[in-house]
Amino acid sequence: MNYPNELSYSKSHEWVKMDGDTAIIGISDFAQDALGDVVFVNLPAEGDDVTAAEAFGDVESVKAVSDLICPVTGKVAAINEELLDSPELLNSDPYGAWIIKVEGITDKEELLDAAAYEEFCAQEG
Amino acid sequence: MKLIFEKSASGRKCSILPKCDVETVELPKELRREVKPALPEMSETDISRHYTELNHRVHGVNCGFYPLGSCTMKYNPRIDEEMAALPGFTAIHPLAPKHTTEGCREVLDTIRKYLCEVTGMADMTFQPSAGAHGEFTGVLLIKQYHDSRGDTKRKKIIVPDSAHGTNPATAAMCGYDVVNIASAPNGCVDLEALKAVLGDDTAGLMLTNPNTVGIFDENILEITRLVHEAGGLCYYDGANLNAVMGVVRPGDMGFDCIHMNLHKTFATPHGGGGPGAGAVGCKDFLAKFLPHSAMMEGEGHIQVRGFAGNFLVVVKALTYIMTLGREGIPEAAKNAVLNANYLMRRIQGTFEPAFDRICMHEFVLDLSGFKKETGVTALDVAKSLIDYGMHPPTMYFPMIVHEALMLEPTETESKDTLDWAAEVYRKLYELGHTDPEYMHGAPHNAQIGRPDEVKAARNPIVRYTRA
Repeated sequence: MNYPNELSYSKSHEWVKMDGDTAIIGISDFAQDALGDVVFVNLPAEGDDVTAAEAFGDVESVKAVSDLICPVTGKVAAINEELLDSPELLNSDPYGAWIIKVEGITDKEELLDAAAYEEFCAQEG
Repeated sequence: MKLIFEKSASGRKCSILPKCDVETVELPKELRREVKPALPEMSETDISRHYTELNHRVHGVNCGFYPLGSCTMKYNPRIDEEMAALPGFTAIHPLAPKHTTEGCREVLDTIRKYLCEVTGMADMTFQPSAGAHGEFTGVLLIKQYHDSRGDTKRKKIIVPDSAHGTNPATAAMCGYDVVNIASAPNGCVDLEALKAVLGDDTAGLMLTNPNTVGIFDENILEITRLVHEAGGLCYYDGANLNAVMGVVRPGDMGFDCIHMNLHKTFATPHGGGGPGAGAVGCKDFLAKFLPHSAMMEGEGHIQVRGFAGNFLVVVKALTYIMTLGREGIPEAAKNAVLNANYLMRRIQGTFEPAFDRICMHEFVLDLSGFKKETGVTALDVAKSLIDYGMHPPTMYFPMIVHEALMLEPTETESKDTLDWAAEVYRKLYELGHTDPEYMHGAPHNAQIGRPDEVKAARNPIVRYTRA
């Protein structure tokens, strides 16, 4: 399992990468492995408001539909439209396949660094 | 096997339709289709063989063990079918003169009386076609109640995170915001989490009890009291009623309305063998909002479906209830609980229960440890069970348990069957440690191996197009 050092992680298994004032958000390697093959992704629209600790979309795998929980509060600056046609990218390249970019950030969930997140995942089993 | 369309041969036919005994009329030209419908042309022999071939490829309770958790796949007694096939029930029309359908109305009155007694409700409708339709009807009762009081600030329905997916979907379809609350470590409602979200915007709570992990929530009276104190109503999802029917009543637990899956608890056919029936019951103060059938009422009635719903399903359920009687109903529930506990303890020691305590009618195995040791997933185990002629359990549900397998043996299985099933589970546990590769490829002896689920979800072909 891969936990890149330069990213922060939420306990609901999203990763966050800060690019200036913009947060880039995706799901972790652990999350994609637990979900199994992803078959659909529901994304918000550009300009939507998102709230920390609340759902901003969902992913459907062969097992179940799961909410995507937003680690930050702000406005959606961009969505990764490639995922709508190729949701499998979340499985094959979880850290390359970003899901949304959020700007105008006013609030943030408590995030973990790579080491703490790896430990958290080990406990989750 | 070939599709029925592929077996069609031009000009072949059979004479199963009676002669037309009314005058034929031509449709106006603009209403006529320009292309002939692509109906298969077959002889009666071919049709019979086609459906028999299909029959050989399915697994039902009449073929073997079917412990599909949360679905209550109990055996449906043949007498139910015989009663529903009586011409007095099959050869009627819902708009026939009232004096010719008195028997049918008596069926509805009788089952209403019995099921109100079983559930602790005051009135009931039999219109909804299945569970989700029943939920929709029930939550609309809650909405109507608040609206009728001018209490329009109640926008939220609370649903635990272990709930069936239909619960939040129902609340959303009724126009409510869904508030998910996390379960306590024992899989029951976390009272503090509930208190934290209750308020004057709470329209109601949707709950199953016993819950989705097969545990009876001991705090149920406190839960319903808290919701009522906040001004909300309590909705009982009857999905798991089989564990408690005739033993404890949702009405006495504090629920205000309820749906029952007659096709689960009251032994009517299920799934593709349906149709189902999702009777909705309520306390007296909600009764005036209930939909009633055109057959029962005059003008101005509310309906959620045509006429009396799936009436013949109701006949089957009534037959079941009358066959079991006052003593048999609770006995069936107790045997369902006994069978589940027996099977859980017989499997334990290999695959471990997610909650090591007495369960109700179903239990959940947590295979995350097994997966870590062997790389074999809950899906692999489920697929391997097919090779033994057993229906797999419910997989990856509820989502609060990782690598979940959920088993509900029901009361209609013998100890011999449960012993055999436990033995198969134990064998697969061993096999996972000795030959995980074999399990990754299972099933090996079924009609179909492992279909490509990803492709099926992404590019489903659900319509036949002629080559």
